[in-house]
Amino acid sequence: MSVIFILLGASLLIAIGFLIAFLWSVKTNQFEDDYTPSVRMLFDNDVKQTTQEPKSEN
Amino acid sequence: MNVDTSTLTICYHCGDNCDNQTIHIEKKIFCCQGCKTVYEILNKVELCDYYSLNDNPGLTQKANVRLDKFAFLDDENLQAKLIHFKDEYQSHINFYLPQMHCSSCIWLLENLHKLNNKIIRSQVNFLKKEVSIVFEHNGTNVRKIAELLTSIGYEPHFSLNSISDEKLKTYDKSRIYKIGITGFCFSNIMMLSFPEYFSLGNMDEKDLKQLFSYLCLGLSLPVFFYGGFDFFISAWKSIKQKFLNIDAPIALAILITFARSVYEIISGTGNGYLDSMSGIVFFMLIGRFFQNKTYNTLTFNRDYTSYFPLGVTIINEDSIEQQIPVSDLKVGHRIKVHSEEIIPADCILFFGKAKIDYSFVSGEALPIEKGIGEIIYAGGKQTGGSLELEVVKDVSQSYLTQLWNNEAFSKNEEKSESYIHLASKYFSLILFSIAAITSIYWQFKNPAIVWSAVTSILIVACPCALLLSVTFTNGNMLRVLQKFGFYVRHADVIEQIGKINTIVFDKTGTITQQQNSSITYEGKQMDYETMQLIRSVTKQSQHPLSKSIFRFLPPCNDLIIKNFEELKGLGIRATVGSNAIQIGSAKFIDYPIINSTTGSSAFVKINGGLVGRYIIKTTYREGLDKQFSELKKQYDLRLLSGDNDLEKERLNDLFNSNVFFDQSPQDKLNHIASLQKQHNRVMMVGDGLNDAGALKQSDVGVVITDDINNFSPACDVIMNGKSFMYFDLLLEYCRKTKIIINTSFVISILYNIVGLSYAVQGKLQPVIAAILMPVSSVTIVLLTTGMSSLLAYKLNRYSRIHEKKT
Repeated sequence: MSVIFILLGASLLIAIGFLIAFLWSVKTNQFEDDYTPSVRMLFDNDVKQTTQEPKSEN
Repeated sequence: MNVDTSTLTICYHCGDNCDNQTIHIEKKIFCCQGCKTVYEILNKVELCDYYSLNDNPGLTQKANVRLDKFAFLDDENLQAKLIHFKDEYQSHINFYLPQMHCSSCIWLLENLHKLNNKIIRSQVNFLKKEVSIVFEHNGTNVRKIAELLTSIGYEPHFSLNSISDEKLKTYDKSRIYKIGITGFCFSNIMMLSFPEYFSLGNMDEKDLKQLFSYLCLGLSLPVFFYGGFDFFISAWKSIKQKFLNIDAPIALAILITFARSVYEIISGTGNGYLDSMSGIVFFMLIGRFFQNKTYNTLTFNRDYTSYFPLGVTIINEDSIEQQIPVSDLKVGHRIKVHSEEIIPADCILFFGKAKIDYSFVSGEALPIEKGIGEIIYAGGKQTGGSLELEVVKDVSQSYLTQLWNNEAFSKNEEKSESYIHLASKYFSLILFSIAAITSIYWQFKNPAIVWSAVTSILIVACPCALLLSVTFTNGNMLRVLQKFGFYVRHADVIEQIGKINTIVFDKTGTITQQQNSSITYEGKQMDYETMQLIRSVTKQSQHPLSKSIFRFLPPCNDLIIKNFEELKGLGIRATVGSNAIQIGSAKFIDYPIINSTTGSSAFVKINGGLVGRYIIKTTYREGLDKQFSELKKQYDLRLLSGDNDLEKERLNDLFNSNVFFDQSPQDKLNHIASLQKQHNRVMMVGDGLNDAGALKQSDVGVVITDDINNFSPACDVIMNGKSFMYFDLLLEYCRKTKIIINTSFVISILYNIVGLSYAVQGKLQPVIAAILMPVSSVTIVLLTTGMSSLLAYKLNRYSRIHEKKT
């Protein structure tokens, strides 16, 4: 039965991983605007454009 | 009106019709120089993808923006308020651009750095119609960016309100965190409880069982202390105010469940009910989120500060023009107001030709002309040339803004007690009496299980089903209503709408279309002389009909008029040269009255012979007659108009003679208040600032607007003008909330009876609680969302029929 302990730990770890991913996504304002990014990804980037990572404000 | 489509060309930039084809670049035709300029700007920096993403994505540039319009942005204090982040190198600022409407706009606005290389980054939030810009403040400034945006057709909107400290909060992050964390804990607790469920409490391995229990306990801590925090706060507040709201019994249930579970786990006597508890908290948090979902783009709490401009031009003693923020405006300042600008304070006209459009403030449809020395009230929009005015009252003391000092605006938002709280009161009472009876019974029978029975009762009979049914019904209804262009500020408003018995309408802009009256002529062909005659005579009259006719006729030289006479309610009479002319109602002209036309007629008689008549029609909203005949069955209808009584007869029919004209904003407010004194529950339907007081005073204030992103006064509901034809159905739908909630109440009571029957016997096992809780919650959720969607069938059917027609 000791295999259960390992499985338990593994499943909790995975779940915590997702929880952290969720918290990070909320923190970086990914829930703020659920429309614009869907349009933005369709634009072609031309070569000259310098892409900047969107940072969280404040 | 008819446009010959064969010769039609549309502007490459904005898609408007072009009158001629003189303005063009290569084969691209523009309607005006402005549009061409925008194209040239974009072409120079190779941003013409703008035009390939959508056809004619631009905005018409016919209205020119004054050069120094944004001079007020040079003010340091103002800048500091607008810029929300600044270091030695860069600044962050958000602009509100109401013109944003398509993907081309997003593309262009996110490529602003090509137009101004000091702009580091620009990012669009389309739903909020905002662009946040990061720029190097050494190379450029706020004014230059505002002017750049204006030059490409996106004039940023600034209002007094946008610099106030209260920033609009569109969504609450902590609420999302709570749902996420509670959901995580809930699902893991559930998973760890599965062995317990399947073995029905008889697990062989004691160590494993204990480990699982302690893990559950650990996972439940965030649920109890973080997820359930709001319920405890709300319950505590309500108890302090000696009022029992729905959160009080819920908080009690959570507290008891948690306490008993902790006791059982630590003492090793059982597994506790942590799965049920975290499940309840999770469902309730979701329900609240669902119900309180706000609309990104809409603002329901606007006051006059949203309408007023941020800056004004003042003329100082040395007659030098200077821009100052409107908040610094003082009595005695000489100000300059340009065309299409709003007058920020009550003023005396000093110089210029004032033609003030008060339609938004007072509901009057036609612009009012004012002479030098006359007082011009704040809120009107100048439609002629520039004016010079002297301020006589502070911005906050002006005639218009005084309305906001009325007590209606300071009264508490809580309009009446929601019946969910009432229901929870009875629920708690019954619950406590059951618990008391059970404890007395077991005291005599078997004192050992008193505590177990009583706590089980409180655990299983949690009123969360009540809360869930309300939150999920409301949440889903908000979504359905939104689909039909009916945006409700808060879920409680739906319940309020269900209680309404009187509806008061405003006229201009509410039941009429914003673009007002149309005028047609019927009768004999008229020559130039006749037109000249009529025009000269109508010029003398102040009657709105005469004014309309006057404006309808082509300009010509005025003739000399003799014996001019205006007969009230009938018409006008005059002699011009050798001609006797009469213009007026059918009665005045001795003409048989025909009631076939809608609108008002003015007949023209020259030298005793009838020439013809003018028909002045106000364009009412589509489906008006049907709407009112439906609404009359349910509600008492009234009309309060700030306008004249031109259309009285037609409106009398619609409103059973409950029509009132020439109502000032204050009159409207008072009228609503007097209706409420007679124990009516009043809904006010309006559109402009002139209704602001009435909207606030009423139980439910509805604003009709043809563009929901327009500025609308503070209200409870914003309704799209196109949805007016569903208005009766929308109200009917809101009335049905009660049916849905009552049905789910009954279901939840059935579940409670099942659970309680176990609990009073002291036999409530965690498994039963764990099954009953999610099953009842899920049924309630499915039932309420299902029913509220189903009840929308009438709306759906009607809208489909309408879509087919168009």
